[in-house]
Amino acid sequence: MSEGTPLIEVTNISKSFGNVRALQDVSMAVYAGEVHCLLGDNGAGKSTLIKILSGVHQPDQGEIRIEGRPVRFGSPRDALDAGIATAYQDLAMIPLMSISRNFFLGAEPTKGWGPFRMFDTARADEITRIELNRMGIAVRDTSQPVGTLSGGERQSVAIARAVYFGARILILDEPTAALGVKEAGVVLRYIARAREQGLGVIFITHNVHHAWAIGDRFTLLSHGRSEGTFRKEETSREQVISLMAGGAALEELEHELRHFAPSVADELAEASDGT
Amino acid sequence: MAATNADPARGEARQDDRLERTSVFRRILLRPEVGALLGAAALWIYFAIVAGNRGFLSMRGTASYLEVSAQLGILAIAVAMLMISGEFDLSIGSTIGAAGMIIAILSVEYELNLWLAMLVSLAAALAIGFINGVLVRWSRLPSFIITLATLFVIRGLTIALTRLETGRTNVGDVDEAAGYDSAKRIFDSDVAIFGGNFPISIFWWLGLTFVATWVLMRTPFGNWIFGSGGNEQAAHNVGVPVNRVKITLFMTTAAAAWLVAVLQVISTTGADVLRGTQQEFFAIIAVVIGGTLLTGGYGSAIGAAIGALIFGMVRQGIVFAGVDADWFQVFLGGMVLVAVLINRYVRARATRER
Repeated sequence: MSEGTPLIEVTNISKSFGNVRALQDVSMAVYAGEVHCLLGDNGAGKSTLIKILSGVHQPDQGEIRIEGRPVRFGSPRDALDAGIATAYQDLAMIPLMSISRNFFLGAEPTKGWGPFRMFDTARADEITRIELNRMGIAVRDTSQPVGTLSGGERQSVAIARAVYFGARILILDEPTAALGVKEAGVVLRYIARAREQGLGVIFITHNVHHAWAIGDRFTLLSHGRSEGTFRKEETSREQVISLMAGGAALEELEHELRHFAPSVADELAEASDGT
Repeated sequence: MAATNADPARGEARQDDRLERTSVFRRILLRPEVGALLGAAALWIYFAIVAGNRGFLSMRGTASYLEVSAQLGILAIAVAMLMISGEFDLSIGSTIGAAGMIIAILSVEYELNLWLAMLVSLAAALAIGFINGVLVRWSRLPSFIITLATLFVIRGLTIALTRLETGRTNVGDVDEAAGYDSAKRIFDSDVAIFGGNFPISIFWWLGLTFVATWVLMRTPFGNWIFGSGGNEQAAHNVGVPVNRVKITLFMTTAAAAWLVAVLQVISTTGADVLRGTQQEFFAIIAVVIGGTLLTGGYGSAIGAAIGALIFGMVRQGIVFAGVDADWFQVFLGGMVLVAVLINRYVRARATRER
């Protein structure tokens, strides 16, 4: 899986906002057919990194390569054209528009010519239905507003859309954050489908169980620096849990708490053991 | 129970059938214009009962409220498209005054051919729309504020420049200008159908409703309008040219204001600097009654046209009913309240998870 040229590779990326150094010398690579989990605390630099990958920000230093070729993204459109699709947690869909209108927004299929060139809504409905079925999403009526879908279904439609429009790299920013257990399972299943289809998936999450269930490799960011990338085989669930919980910092906290709140400290210890 | 066990396939099919029916029913109910259509039908029946024997039901009565509806409807259709894209235009009333005055001054004072005067006026209106659009997009301020400013600037310029040029605030005798007869055929003739004479503006209104509905529902541009209003950032992220969409729509509303100005100048053979005052509010009212959301992303041109129909029916209907016309604004305000409350309910239902 992790052989050959990576689909996307960033080397020694740095980015500052004013005098805040958001990212320093971060490197990571994503291969076709893998789910790469990006872990780290709030403010660790995860969102800065994915915004650089999706063309929203430009790095101050460092290089982005797509299949070995260096690229520069001036805008989100450039990144899209390079095959990078980003599904933001809340900006993915327009609730009052129908599923198929959302699916094809900005890339509507047309028929006819000249001033009579029209939006082929029948074909849009048909393709949307087929593509959603392929991802295993059964939608009764593609003309129903996206707002009537559950959060998980919305994320899934966004993923199906990215796959249909030829994305090779899918960036998912906390797609399971606001979801219940069953819903999150649905989304994880579609992430697995996307991986089967040969996409490289960058999966950002705070949930250790979701990360471990689907991730092939894990990159940990901390205070704008990369703490390294781990393959699933080389690590353990416990180690990932400890990494996500903040590792050394958490042990310190546990020690501190033991003085005046022993029961909380026990719980923390249990959590970082992953039991 | 036993029957279901004996033939599960049929049981399932029957259930699917029922779901399908519910969904079609829901889909019709969820159309933005349904509430307005029911309201229009109820109002028509009401006026037919209280004013039917006083001429409301006659061809002339019908033509009279349709004519009022037509001029407002032409504006409302364009305003609806703009509002679906998430923007407002309060300056259209002033644009009506300015566009009409440009036509009158050029054709009467400068003795230009009326058609040429109309063309120059259209160019000026489009320029106003373009400036509105660019100011809104460049400043990222709410269009409500920007066009509130241009409302006063345009009206003020119209009054000041007209008085400088002519010493008066109105210009007449447009019917003496070259090209008036041909213009009158297109903008101010009567069309005889169903044994009655109907002003041609009604057909402009219906035609434009069709075109706008086509654009909204059946073109990629229409999809971009909904997308821009529904979630500008999301639309931008998937490559919708939001700036172009919105500036185009500001220019469309200005062009609609120009068309209303033309209809008025030709039919009254003159222009007044105060023409179009308050029309921006009436247009927004018609659009909102028609089910379009003030916040954008949802609505229809047909709804706006029906909203204008309701406006015309009430305005003329209370006259036929013998009620003092002073009460019109009370009815209007009341209807707006009812309409927005219904809209809020519909939107909540439309986006509820199921």
